[in-house]
Amino acid sequence: MTGLDDLLGRFAGLERAELVRWVENRWVLPDDEGGRWVFREVDIARVELILHVRHEFAVGDDAMELMLGLLDQVYSLRRQMGRLAAALEAQPAEVQAAIKRALAAHG
Amino acid sequence: MAETPYEVLGVAKTAGADEIRKAYRKLAKQLHPDLNPGKPEAEARFKSVSAAYDLLSDPEKRARYDRGEIDESGAERPRYSYRPHAEGAQGRKYAPQGEMNVEDLEDLFAMFGQRASGQRGRPGGAGQGGFRVPGQDSLYSLTVGFVEAAAGGRQRLSLAPDQWLDVTIPAGIADGQVLRLKGKGQPGFGGGEPGDALIEVHVAPHPLFRRDGDDIRVELPVSLAEAVLGARVTVPTVTGPVTMTIPKGSDSGAQLRLRGKGMQKKGHEGDQYVTLKVVIGEAGDAELAQFLEGWAAKHPGDPRRGMGAP
Repeated sequence: MTGLDDLLGRFAGLERAELVRWVENRWVLPDDEGGRWVFREVDIARVELILHVRHEFAVGDDAMELMLGLLDQVYSLRRQMGRLAAALEAQPAEVQAAIKRALAAHG
Repeated sequence: MAETPYEVLGVAKTAGADEIRKAYRKLAKQLHPDLNPGKPEAEARFKSVSAAYDLLSDPEKRARYDRGEIDESGAERPRYSYRPHAEGAQGRKYAPQGEMNVEDLEDLFAMFGQRASGQRGRPGGAGQGGFRVPGQDSLYSLTVGFVEAAAGGRQRLSLAPDQWLDVTIPAGIADGQVLRLKGKGQPGFGGGEPGDALIEVHVAPHPLFRRDGDDIRVELPVSLAEAVLGARVTVPTVTGPVTMTIPKGSDSGAQLRLRGKGMQKKGHEGDQYVTLKVVIGEAGDAELAQFLEGWAAKHPGDPRRGMGAP
């Protein structure tokens, strides 16, 4: 279980006030366990991503907001695609073959 | 959790390069092994102070440490790749509000409907969402006789007591070939096209005929008299029996060709090759044997001449 202090220890360049602001902006969504923030793997990975992007590309708050919004849409779509692909994989071989033909024809 | 290099040097995370250097020099003087003989904890402390300074005095390393890319000792930390988390179940909470819920298939179907009508300029077809799905192909298997496969024909494939498919077998069809009957598969949905019927054809072997590409080979038993004297015999072909002349003095194993009697592919029919097989059988009676004894004495030819020594 990773709390706020654990996370600040993990990323020395991350200020407490900054991380709190990210959470308030809903850029990072820790779980609330009895009034205490708990960061899951996805949240830690997201913090690392934000740190990295902010440093590498000198991205400000407005641009970060926009980037995260687009990123979330892309991953949402990818997740939906994954579910759709799993549903297709569960179909009989002839259904899959028909879909592949249709995809090729409408490419 | 291990002490951070900032804690080791006793400086703030925001400390500048000068401040860090001053803190390091002060500690290094205090803890230097030469000034602290026989004090192993001072030596250990000195080492960690040196390591901390080594990391924080290098702007590149310090930045990487601050971003969590390397640990206190300068070793690479396992990077968190965001993608697998984002695409996993945990990532759901970051999905934009109003994300399409695929559990509710209507959303998905509506999406298909938009595409169909938008792209083809046709109304969406049946159903509120305009969802149109082509029918599935149906797979069948059909076994036909050799003669029918060679000459072509028609077969009725029964699907149900009151339902059947009339299948035209093209002449010369090969074993395992698949015939496609357009639109004879499962019905479509919402005005979608029906699927096709796919019929895998198997050709049964024949006791006399053997296929060789577009040609047919058949072995024809002939009597000794027919082989020696010549004859007109009836030979089975895939288009019915035909009369064929056996030339006088034919050898066993001789091959005769019946042009156009192979696979009946329109415009390029194959041929039928007839291999003669002289059969002595009951003809080999005492009278023939007696005759041949006298005959052989007068004709001492050796058919194996020229084969060389064994």
